Amino acid sequence: MTNGWIDIKNTDMMLIMGGNPAENHPCGFKWAIEAKRTRNAKMIVVDPRFTRTAATSDLFLQIRAGADIAFLGGVLRYAIENNRIAKEYLVNYTNAAFIVKEGFKLPEDGLYSGFDGATQTYDRSSWNYEEGNDAGGEAPAHAAAHTAPSAAAAKSAGTTLGAAAVTPTPLPAMPPKVAYDLTLQHPRCVFQLLRQQYSRYTPEMVERITGIPKDQFLKAADLFTSVRKDGDMKKVATIMYAVGWTQHSFGTQIIRTAAILQLLLGNIGRAGGGVNALRGHSNIQGATDMGGIFDIWPGYLKVPNPTDVDLAAYLKRITPTPSKPAPWDSFNYWSNTPKFAVSYLKAMYGDAATKENDFAFDYMPKVDRNYSWTQIWDNMYRGSVKGMFAFGMNGVAIGPDSQKNIEALKKADWLVVGEIYPDETSEFWKSPGITPEEMKTINTTVYRLACAGFAEKDGSMTNSARWLQWKNVAVPPPGECRLDQDIVAQIFLKVRDLYQTQGGKFPDPILNLTWAYTNAQHPALGDLAKELNGKALADLTDPKTQVTIKRGQQLPGFAWLKDDGTTACGNWIYSGCWTEAGNQLSRRGTEDPSGQGIYQNWAWSWPANRRVLYNRASCDPSGKPYDATRKQVWWNESTQLWMGNDVPDFKPDSNPKDHMGPFIMNAEGVGRIFGPLGAFADGPFPEHYEPIESPVQNALHPNQSKNPVVKKLKTAADKYASPGDGFNIICTTYRLTEHYHYWTKNNRMNVQLVPEPFIEIPVELAAELGIKGNDKVKVTSARSYYVAKAFVTKRIKPMMIDGKKIYQIGIPIHQGYRGIQEDAGRDARTILNRLTPTVVDPNAFTPEFKGFLVKVEKA
Amino acid sequence: MELSRRTFLKGALVGGAGFSLLGFDLTPAVAQLKELKIARATETRSTCPYCAVSCGVLIYTIGDKAKNVTPQVIHVEGDPDHPINRGTLCPKGASLEQDILNPRRLLKPQVRRPGSDHWEDIAWTQAIDEIAHWVKKTRDDSFIEKDAQGRTVNRCESMAWIGGCTDTNEFNYLVVKTMRSLGLTYLENQARV
Amino acid sequence: MSQATLGIRRISGHAGPAPGDDVERDYQVCKLIDTTTCIGCKACEVACLEWNGYTFTDTVFDNSYQTMPETAWNYWNLIKFNEHEREDGSITLLMRKDQCMHCADPGCLTACPADGAIVQYTNGIVDFQQQNCIGCGYCVSGCPFDIPKFNPTTKKMFKCTLCVDRVSEGLEPACIKSCPTGCLHFGSKDDMKDLAETRAKQLRDNFGFEKAGVYDPAGVGGTGVIYVLHDVTNPEAYGGLPKDPRIPFLVRFWKGPAKWIGNLAMLGGILGVTLHYLRFGPKQVDAEKRENGGQP
Repeated sequence: MTNGWIDIKNTDMMLIMGGNPAENHPCGFKWAIEAKRTRNAKMIVVDPRFTRTAATSDLFLQIRAGADIAFLGGVLRYAIENNRIAKEYLVNYTNAAFIVKEGFKLPEDGLYSGFDGATQTYDRSSWNYEEGNDAGGEAPAHAAAHTAPSAAAAKSAGTTLGAAAVTPTPLPAMPPKVAYDLTLQHPRCVFQLLRQQYSRYTPEMVERITGIPKDQFLKAADLFTSVRKDGDMKKVATIMYAVGWTQHSFGTQIIRTAAILQLLLGNIGRAGGGVNALRGHSNIQGATDMGGIFDIWPGYLKVPNPTDVDLAAYLKRITPTPSKPAPWDSFNYWSNTPKFAVSYLKAMYGDAATKENDFAFDYMPKVDRNYSWTQIWDNMYRGSVKGMFAFGMNGVAIGPDSQKNIEALKKADWLVVGEIYPDETSEFWKSPGITPEEMKTINTTVYRLACAGFAEKDGSMTNSARWLQWKNVAVPPPGECRLDQDIVAQIFLKVRDLYQTQGGKFPDPILNLTWAYTNAQHPALGDLAKELNGKALADLTDPKTQVTIKRGQQLPGFAWLKDDGTTACGNWIYSGCWTEAGNQLSRRGTEDPSGQGIYQNWAWSWPANRRVLYNRASCDPSGKPYDATRKQVWWNESTQLWMGNDVPDFKPDSNPKDHMGPFIMNAEGVGRIFGPLGAFADGPFPEHYEPIESPVQNALHPNQSKNPVVKKLKTAADKYASPGDGFNIICTTYRLTEHYHYWTKNNRMNVQLVPEPFIEIPVELAAELGIKGNDKVKVTSARSYYVAKAFVTKRIKPMMIDGKKIYQIGIPIHQGYRGIQEDAGRDARTILNRLTPTVVDPNAFTPEFKGFLVKVEKA
Repeated sequence: MELSRRTFLKGALVGGAGFSLLGFDLTPAVAQLKELKIARATETRSTCPYCAVSCGVLIYTIGDKAKNVTPQVIHVEGDPDHPINRGTLCPKGASLEQDILNPRRLLKPQVRRPGSDHWEDIAWTQAIDEIAHWVKKTRDDSFIEKDAQGRTVNRCESMAWIGGCTDTNEFNYLVVKTMRSLGLTYLENQARV
Repeated sequence: MSQATLGIRRISGHAGPAPGDDVERDYQVCKLIDTTTCIGCKACEVACLEWNGYTFTDTVFDNSYQTMPETAWNYWNLIKFNEHEREDGSITLLMRKDQCMHCADPGCLTACPADGAIVQYTNGIVDFQQQNCIGCGYCVSGCPFDIPKFNPTTKKMFKCTLCVDRVSEGLEPACIKSCPTGCLHFGSKDDMKDLAETRAKQLRDNFGFEKAGVYDPAGVGGTGVIYVLHDVTNPEAYGGLPKDPRIPFLVRFWKGPAKWIGNLAMLGGILGVTLHYLRFGPKQVDAEKRENGGQP
């Protein structure tokens, strides 16, 4: 979330799409209801099903799963055509005025410039800004935006396309001085390219792709953009989404479309605005922050790759330099990257990380390809991944293509599961369908370690509003259960012991890992939180204020981090969480003087306890809030400082006259309507593509129906369907409010609320197939099948997609083969994710769980 | 004729008037109020482990934390001070008591041996010892120090860590710290899916 | 026994003044359910079960999100789900929390013959006292909302207590506290009526629900649970909420006029006996009979 849960109450308009907060975030959704109750805010819900969120909305539109970019692109077009845009914000706070290099081509045929069909990748060097100055007065010779670059131009860019997929090739840099046109008239300025890109997304086209009737679409577009009617800047609109957007083979680009729309309307950085990822789990925000995924280190530092031959090369590659119109200023906060990276290496390797050995940079694994979720299973299936730790992670049930994951585990040597309940993953070797004979041939050794539940552990979790909240221990773990951190520490210390005594491959990183915990075998989570915060390794003095931090003291925040090895910090964005003043995460101040729901003294939020990101953009260029009734931050002329109810997300002493951009994490200083160069794998603007399995051709460009850079996996287990094979019903998947993932099927209270798995089927489809409510139904995809009872409903209607009648069905994910009802034989013990395909989004590597094709029949 | 109490009273309603004598008892009746079950409980502040709203919850336990007493959870309720949930909970949060007290909990370490059709109990020390040996063997068998072009990569591609959605920040840090020190590249989390 | 006590206004099967009714007047408590902000999440169902310590019920999926067809003796609080087709053909989901309405004029109490099995406290809460309940089930016939339910094991009747144990200690009922969207409110009847009318007006003025209104049926003297409905003219669409609930005539008659006619007849009988006694003196029992221990 750019904003936060309580902040939703400040909004005037909500677009909820790709998420179902009433069911999946009921207690956060209260603030949406609050906005309706106290501000008469309006709510638009766009979803493949009429959900319980839709029940409280002012306008509901049923959309075809996977057609979101078409819808949002249509709204973008509507906003531009009807001049419902935030002109001043757009010119000053986004790259709308930036001029894009000649040679860049929009995807009228489905492809941007630079596509290489053989490798299914783009050479992105033409996706760049033009170097220069104010081009406002210049009359451009010709509109070159949509002319394809010549082959010679591509060659002269000096790219090696073939290798790009395997070995990361350095891209050209963004120009330090970007050409711009503040009148937004230049045909190659970002705004004109945007207008051109979405001119194709007419209401008629939106209807053909999404199935939303034109009049309903126009109603929604008019309502949402009404916040910018007549150039008014006071009102604010927010967008909320969840995995209904991320789980597509173009998921990142859906979110990009939303971000562009919010920049166009001037809604980012403002109370009641933003693009808000609701997130479905208690600490996946924290896990990402912590670099719990392969492609980042803690604090979103990019992982090193083999081209980073030393620390200097690595830091040079990942540290951006400003790229902006010459008269403007850019904070470019990522210029501090070397301080964050070196402090992280010091936290990892302490005294073993010295200037001389590049702060132990070589100890860190170098990554040169995609090692993400589906790749783990793919490579285990292929036999190269021999062992796996699964802690609180039910990989079999989570899928996609659960059966493939089961087949993969059969080939592994060992599996260590840390869990509190018996789950599908730990019992893959006796999953339904495995005979006693086959069981004898499964040679995987499986350890199932009894872990501690949430009430038995302390520590912090980060919610989607970026709040880190400390929880306390209520009861000791039952039986022989052990704390998760003790288990990991004890395994690691045993491994270290083995390397110490027996030697082995490159033991240095293992032997030198810092382990300064009070009780080595039982590291306290408080000790770890202190390590995350960071401490001074030498006496440090701020030259401006003369404040000194003594060696060994906790740092007050990331501003103190150094790149010379005098500070250690486990995660720079969490610096400030446990200072000399103690644990900031357990703060419980309930005061909210501004009434905006900021709660500055409750827990702690990253970065630096800011609650709304990019909040400088809530003010006009002179530093005055756009809406005086919702003042967040403002420029104080007398103190020459930014101040506010929230912590300014900005350089505190940057005078508005210097025109520093509010989006300080971008090298441009402004919001990116155009995502240059390496920002995205599949295009600088979003384009509608069909899901990998789709019943129709792409109405925009039938010859390039799918996202061109999306690759299918290729083992025997990876099967994909097309309508020609009889798979012509769209299936989408979701959670129910009564259940949490694969967890509460162990809880009788939740089981009685929804005792059995079901499949939501439109009344019309049920009639065609002779299915009545409560009948047993079998749903089959190219991968496998799923069985549950029919929930025949009027809440999903048949749709007309490009003149074709299309049905959608919906299946909740909660069935497994271990659970109260499963163990009692009260359901079919099939896992929903047996149906889902293994393709992933090319930017975030999230699988396409939504919008695949199935057949439906009476079981 | 045998008259059950029930039919007798049914008769009373039908016969109404005759039996309304019962209504002449003028002794005051006092209604019994149920005792507030959390009146003497200890309150522990925690965070709901389910979605990313991160509602504050109060876990009520009985047992005064004396040495010989194990606290017992009797109730879980929303934390009214929490600025986001303000005391409210959803049906999952409201049923957390049943998650803590769940009879289906795993209570001891177990192992399933190759080819076996059942779980066996295993002592913690032995389980940890065996796992450590697996880790070392798997790492040593496949560790890659240099790539094909001779560049240092120092990575281990033959084992994976998949982390859960409810793991705390501090635990996650311990995981990425230890696993990256082993050279793991297959380090993933619920955050991806 | 709780430290706090509540005065009693009315007692079932009990003639004469209800003890406590003459003491200080309490606020009439009231639960407001705004169906327009209900998201059918069932937190109230769980909070109710958990607080009241009820065991689990085996439920069966029945082509609906609804947990079970009706409330049960150990399931006092149930959201009724209704797929509703609007006039323009669009679909909506009407969700209404169903539970005891805590009527100002409670039909159950009126019908109940057992002394002290049903009480109405001075704050308006209607509570069943199982130790006095005789399990006759008359309360069912008196209730226009079909709320009281019979526990076949203990042979007692049960229903929502409006968490009288919490309310008497100054806490809100468990369902109210849990409700994520704040579709449930709790307070004095006057405040809740005011809040409900304000909300209904907002729905009419700003959200296009021209028929939005408050459900507080006069037929039972008003209720301690009131609803805001998108369409107050059609309460039946919300899972069979009666349009004009009343205590059945027979219950009223037998426990009202008939009771007093009966009492008069009884008094007449007693009067007759007294007069007879005064006139003829005590009855003389035969000496023979007395010797036989009263047996003829």
